[in-house]
Amino acid sequence: MDPDLQLLLNGVVSGLLLGGLYAFAASGLAMSFGMLDIVNIAHPALMIAGAFSVVVVGTALGLDPLLVAVLQAPLFYVLGIGIYSVYHHFFERRGEEALQGLAFFFGIMFIIEVGLVMAFGPEQRFLDPPYAFVTLRLGEIDVPLRMLVPMLLAAAVLGLLLLWLRSSFTGLAIGAVAQDAEALRLMAIDPVRIKRLAFGLSVALAALAGGALVVVQPVEPTSGQIFIGRVFAICIMGGMASLPGCIAAALLFGVVENVTATFAGPSWSPAVAFGWLLLMLAVRPQGLFGKAA
Amino acid sequence: MSTTAVVPATLAPPPQGAAAPTRHLPFWLGAAALGVALFVALRLIGNEYGYYVGYFILQYVVLSSAWNILGGYAGYVNFGAAGFMATGAYTAIVLRKATGLDLLPGIVAAAAVAGLLGLATGYLTLRLRGVYFSIATLCLAVVLHTLVVNWDYVGGSRGAYIVRPREVPPFVSYGEYLFVVMLALAILTVGIARAVQHSRIGRGLQALRDNERAAEAVGVPTLRLKLVAATLCGALMGVAGAPLPYYSGYLNPEAAFGLAYAVNAIAMPLIGGVGTWAGPVIGAVVLGGLQQAATVTISSALNLWIVGWMLVIFVALAPRGILGWFQGRR
Amino acid sequence: MSEGTEAAPVLLRADGVGKRFGGFVALQGIDITLRAGERLGLIGPNGSGKSTFVNCVSGDFAQHDGTVALAGQALNGLKPHRRARLGLARTFQLPQPFASMSVLENVRVPLLFSGGAAAATARAMGCLEQVEMAGKAGKLPRELTQVEQRRLELARAIAMDPRLLIADEAMAGLSHAEVDQILTLLRRLNAAGTAVIMIEHIMRAVTEFSERLVVFVAGRKIADGPPREVLALPEVEDAYLGRQ
Repeated sequence: MDPDLQLLLNGVVSGLLLGGLYAFAASGLAMSFGMLDIVNIAHPALMIAGAFSVVVVGTALGLDPLLVAVLQAPLFYVLGIGIYSVYHHFFERRGEEALQGLAFFFGIMFIIEVGLVMAFGPEQRFLDPPYAFVTLRLGEIDVPLRMLVPMLLAAAVLGLLLLWLRSSFTGLAIGAVAQDAEALRLMAIDPVRIKRLAFGLSVALAALAGGALVVVQPVEPTSGQIFIGRVFAICIMGGMASLPGCIAAALLFGVVENVTATFAGPSWSPAVAFGWLLLMLAVRPQGLFGKAA
Repeated sequence: MSTTAVVPATLAPPPQGAAAPTRHLPFWLGAAALGVALFVALRLIGNEYGYYVGYFILQYVVLSSAWNILGGYAGYVNFGAAGFMATGAYTAIVLRKATGLDLLPGIVAAAAVAGLLGLATGYLTLRLRGVYFSIATLCLAVVLHTLVVNWDYVGGSRGAYIVRPREVPPFVSYGEYLFVVMLALAILTVGIARAVQHSRIGRGLQALRDNERAAEAVGVPTLRLKLVAATLCGALMGVAGAPLPYYSGYLNPEAAFGLAYAVNAIAMPLIGGVGTWAGPVIGAVVLGGLQQAATVTISSALNLWIVGWMLVIFVALAPRGILGWFQGRR
Repeated sequence: MSEGTEAAPVLLRADGVGKRFGGFVALQGIDITLRAGERLGLIGPNGSGKSTFVNCVSGDFAQHDGTVALAGQALNGLKPHRRARLGLARTFQLPQPFASMSVLENVRVPLLFSGGAAAATARAMGCLEQVEMAGKAGKLPRELTQVEQRRLELARAIAMDPRLLIADEAMAGLSHAEVDQILTLLRRLNAAGTAVIMIEHIMRAVTEFSERLVVFVAGRKIADGPPREVLALPEVEDAYLGRQ
């Protein structure tokens, strides 16, 4: 096989796997930012907080990082409920989301990052499960389990989430709150309760994605910063409130970024994220999969 | 309840309804007098550490006043303060390396480059909802950081050295010279921020912060005003960063894109009080002074952590900042 | 059409104005010609496209079908603030004051940006006197009653010295007496030469005020003429009054 083609094929496959991680990271944001209109810029920082907690607990108990991530998700759900309650009480209710609300989430992000630096130092942390060093070979294509296993978790979680959003009463109510909070009130559903629940879920998703991230690569307290551009770009590309759109955008993004890194050098990948984001905002702010205005 | 007259007249909001003409001369005379007093006081103390503290606080006066022009007056949050500041700092380095020109031309160049960066970011995102601008600025700092790390001409991640003169006559030390430069920049920035606030532009920014659609409907060119504010905000943040490499004689990306700048640029105006020129000044002096005092006893990380908590607590409990305590209902 | 307006020049001309949202056609093929100083009532059931039309004319929708011209100048592609400076003022269904500014400052904003800043304060006070709000100059918008907020909106529009005012449900939620107060203000403004398009569900107000009535149903114009004749048309009765 032509080595360039092989390189490209491998780039696409590992890009899809990387995209799965991005989908995991961005899906929570598609709920909070896309559906609830809460600009949670602390989302990537919460993901890193989840990753550190996986490392600490997993190392102490000798458990698989992904298992720890699933077990600790309810705690982050509760944390999300707490954050939303504060946000709602002080900002959303007063109609001061724009300036003060953004500053609030910036403050949360900052507290988490600096808190992690203080607790763990600025060094990278990692927790390698045994399968992290196994690579499947499918013909000319390498599929490292380090990438594949977290993506299977991502696929399972996102699949369940999608099913739940589409079929359960509460899931449908979350979709409705994105459209029209007033309609919910008429149906005697408290939109604040629905939003609180959905925001809790989004934070739990962030922490789960953090667990997946630890398996893929080592993390440091400020790792969240390089994800901010990516997850927001993906969320906007995906058309904001659409989970399938978000997943498709994430896979596409992973491929583009990975192929760029393969051929132009990995140091350019953050520039890809930012370039895409600006391009999206300038040309198609309604997203790749959104309806034309 | 009407406005309480606890604050000095210069800090009070203009009387309700009546739009008193803006008095510029007393402000500039007062600012100049204050500047001279600070200079004389530090000269009498005669300690390099005094100039260091002065510079530290004054750079934040510039940074937070600049942030407030777009963030406070217009309600558009710029998260990329560190990126704009580093742009200014690295512009000064590049100018020095390429042409040998030193600090003062460096400040002018920094204003131009960072201003253009603000304009370009604003042009691409300010037509949309404000959050998109905020997100773009958040990513901008990360991308600029990456670019600088990969840019060998300015030393990459190793950083760059600037050989600074031992002294600049008539100043007793280079520290004093830098302090005076920053003092002048701070007075200039606060003066500009104040002039903008009281001008037609400031009134238009306030109108679009309150209600963008209604502002357009009564003839306010909202996009153009936002672009002016974004350019000015970027340029002045660049100005705040330009002396940085001269100040330490060495600059690396970690220092230039420091977390402290990112958080303080937002925390200081919000804690002081957004929307008026005085708020960021109060925030910078209070918060900068506290941080300077605290570094003696606690680690710099804990210091920043406290700033983060203060930001969150203030925006939740005192959304109009310290100034808000004195202004009654307004 | 009455004798007086026949000779007046055309002020607003809308030609084939239409607007789609995705696959939904909100407005289609609207032709309306308005003469200087005319009083036009625009009625129709909820969702018939009245506000969509207003937003096409005001520039809030950048993209739409057809053309709109004010006094011969094409408005298509112009931003709302450019149209405002050409003499097009509007009020909003829900009052949209500048919440952090006093009543007087609210009225100064249009003067600063469309009329030249000279003596803006005195002129703003003049506008407030016209709507009988001079006594409230120092209040904040949230301290005003509903009818006072409506008056503030009108004062802000008057400050622009408009050739055309579009009053989009400027009387919704007001009492009988308050509706009369707003009608008086609008008549006064019209007598000074400003053409008015009144969009209103309060039939009494719109028939009393308008010299011409246009009816929208489901995004189309189905009638255009003197109020009494238009209201007598069977299709108007079917489509509009029948559903009241």
